[in-house]
Amino acid sequence: MTTRLIVFLLTALIIGACGGEEPKSKEESNASFKEKAAARFGLTVFELDNGVGPIKENIELKPVNKELAAMGEKLFIEKCSQCHKLDERYTGPAIRNASKDRSPEYILNMILNPEEMTKKHPEAKKMLAMYANQMTFQNVTQDDAFKLLEYLRSVSNN
Amino acid sequence: MKRKTIIISAAILIISSLLIFNCSENKGTFGSDDAASKVYVAPGQYDEFYAFMSGGFSGQVAVYGLPSGRLFKTIGVFSQHPETGYGYSEETRPMLMTSFGEVPWDDAHHPELSQTDGVTDGRWLFINGNNTPRVARIDLRSFETAEIIEIPNSGGNHGSPFITMNTEYVVASTRFSVPIPQKDVAISSYKENFKGTLSFIKVDEKSGEMNVSFQILVPGFNYDLAHAGKGVSHGWAFFTSYNSEQANTLLEVNASQNDKDFIAAVNWKLAEKYLKEGKAKLMAAEYYRNYFDESTQTGVSEKNTSVKVLNPADCPGLIYYLPTPKSPHGVDVDPSGEYIAAGGKLAAVIPVHSFSKMIKAIENKDFIGEVDGIPILKYESVIAGEVQDCGLGPLHTEFDGKGYAYTSAFISSEVVKWKIGTWEVVDRVPSYYSIGHLMIPGGDSKEPSGKYLVSLNKITKDRYLPTGPELCQSAQLFDISGDKMKLLLDFPTVGEPHYAQAIPAERIKDKIKKIYKLEENNHKYRARNERETKVVREGNEVRVYMTTTRTHFKPDNIEGIKVGDKVYFHITNLEQDWDVPHGFAIKGMQTSELLIMPGQTKTSVWYPKKAGVYPFYCTDFCSALHQEMSGYVRVSDPKSDVKISYN
Repeated sequence: MTTRLIVFLLTALIIGACGGEEPKSKEESNASFKEKAAARFGLTVFELDNGVGPIKENIELKPVNKELAAMGEKLFIEKCSQCHKLDERYTGPAIRNASKDRSPEYILNMILNPEEMTKKHPEAKKMLAMYANQMTFQNVTQDDAFKLLEYLRSVSNN
Repeated sequence: MKRKTIIISAAILIISSLLIFNCSENKGTFGSDDAASKVYVAPGQYDEFYAFMSGGFSGQVAVYGLPSGRLFKTIGVFSQHPETGYGYSEETRPMLMTSFGEVPWDDAHHPELSQTDGVTDGRWLFINGNNTPRVARIDLRSFETAEIIEIPNSGGNHGSPFITMNTEYVVASTRFSVPIPQKDVAISSYKENFKGTLSFIKVDEKSGEMNVSFQILVPGFNYDLAHAGKGVSHGWAFFTSYNSEQANTLLEVNASQNDKDFIAAVNWKLAEKYLKEGKAKLMAAEYYRNYFDESTQTGVSEKNTSVKVLNPADCPGLIYYLPTPKSPHGVDVDPSGEYIAAGGKLAAVIPVHSFSKMIKAIENKDFIGEVDGIPILKYESVIAGEVQDCGLGPLHTEFDGKGYAYTSAFISSEVVKWKIGTWEVVDRVPSYYSIGHLMIPGGDSKEPSGKYLVSLNKITKDRYLPTGPELCQSAQLFDISGDKMKLLLDFPTVGEPHYAQAIPAERIKDKIKKIYKLEENNHKYRARNERETKVVREGNEVRVYMTTTRTHFKPDNIEGIKVGDKVYFHITNLEQDWDVPHGFAIKGMQTSELLIMPGQTKTSVWYPKKAGVYPFYCTDFCSALHQEMSGYVRVSDPKSDVKISYN
């Protein structure tokens, strides 16, 4: 009696543990590929998509807030325009379509944490190598950075 | 049995390995006798203390770390400092203004840290200018000279800038008596016409702004050094003097005749009372107060035209003389405030006065005479003790807060440690060579850090690799944590440090200003972003509103300048990150480069004399493309019709 029970239990265990894995869905396969890619850079998947820095969660994007965008434009002129123009390469890349090319979280992290970004994130590292100029932290708050994001969203080509 | 043996051997193994690991990890600063390990600050680590040393004839203040002896910065104070453009840029030239015009140098002797309740607080560092009497205040958030005030009615501002316990006042005193007010008289009329002043400069508690509150007119002795009372003696200040003989020539002989000179004890709280009662005379005097306005980023010069002077004859109780052997140099007050030690330079002893005995002697009117209405107290009634066998030429004393005092002896080139109260010498060490001053962090405050002592030596002869006829001076670091002093380190110093101050790094390092915020820049000729840059002609004057960033100037091509123009380059550094200055220099300019900090605006003036095209560039390495950070200015003949243009 006991022997049979044991055999039965063991078999169940073995089957349960080793066999019968469902084939992964396409999403799950992609996810694990991304995890591997991120791990190669020492980043999490979120960091690979959204940059390294104080923004660690997805932000909810609402339609562009015109007031904040106007404030962002003022900030842009004060703190960013010595290195970025909208449509041509300057000290840094042309910036008009940044909000289309990058996730909003990436943009915020790049503004708030440029030095770590150019050390750890493959995209930012690529830009540093192309432009040979370190993007600098311009002493802006997270609120300021969000206003800059709204400005960038307001000038991007649709 | 076997089991027991196993357990015992295991126990022995465990205990011995614990001991071995613990001992080898005991790398505390004084865990071993090795001097090298006590002064080694590993790469990337910070020193324990900031040490500020005067540059003496260099006119600067040098900032070091202790215990490593590493030099971090040389601060321009009274001397033009081409490395940063201090004293050259339009914004900083006003700092060097005096009633004699702009003066590009002075002799800076004694740094003094601000204190709150007798403890160093890391707000400001004061330092005196000896030659054209002045006191400077350095802001310890930016490590820049914030203010310089001239002292009227003075000559040789040596006994300065010692502070009272809460930095209520900074004192100044005349080493060289002069006619007051100045007049054209025979030098041999010294005894009738020459007087000294003891000045009290009020320091605003919030802003640090200095103003000469009052001066006390005193007999024509040479007032040498000072220290204020603290604790029980708070409210008093003490000044040594020599040349009570009042000689005016060959002082080496003629001022060394009397076997006692004086320490002047001033009751400044009483002086405040006399001021309120209107006892001071308003004397006409011209002297400048210059300060750096952080909002407009520009130095401002204010001319003062009068000063309040108290006459001791009108103010009983204001000032007393304590006889002190012989041509005394330093006067140093112990942490409790009770003991006043004098460096009896030409005496064979260190005389130590007692504050409480002094007060009693005053109450009992125990006087042996008077000079110009100032009572002279009886030596035996005020002296607490004399330290015998204290070396030859005792000069300065600092305290360790553990009941001991340390005095420098110049002629016998040593530091002598003695016990307060018993006046016995307990230890002595040689210094290499000819020690002048010494310093213990907080050693002239209520709370000394009795761990280190630094001796400041005048002669280095064979201590380092030689460098021609002129050799550096040096500092030596001693471990004074134990009974006996131990030499740890010997390092060269900038200029001639006459004195030094040190403070635990925590009181300063986290309050450092890292950038100047662009939003707060109210400089008259700023350009807050590249759109605000322009070149504007006003007659023969051209103003260039320029910006810098990594890695370009804007504008970097300028045309339309004419020979004979006065060209202002107003340059704003748009960076907002720490340690990213930019420099500026243009070919042939007769001034130093500008070094502009993030968020600041600095101005250079250029007088182009010949037509042609002149390159300019950034002089401080700023980025990988620093070599590309340059531009040109086209200078045309005055008759040409080339218009101003730029990009």
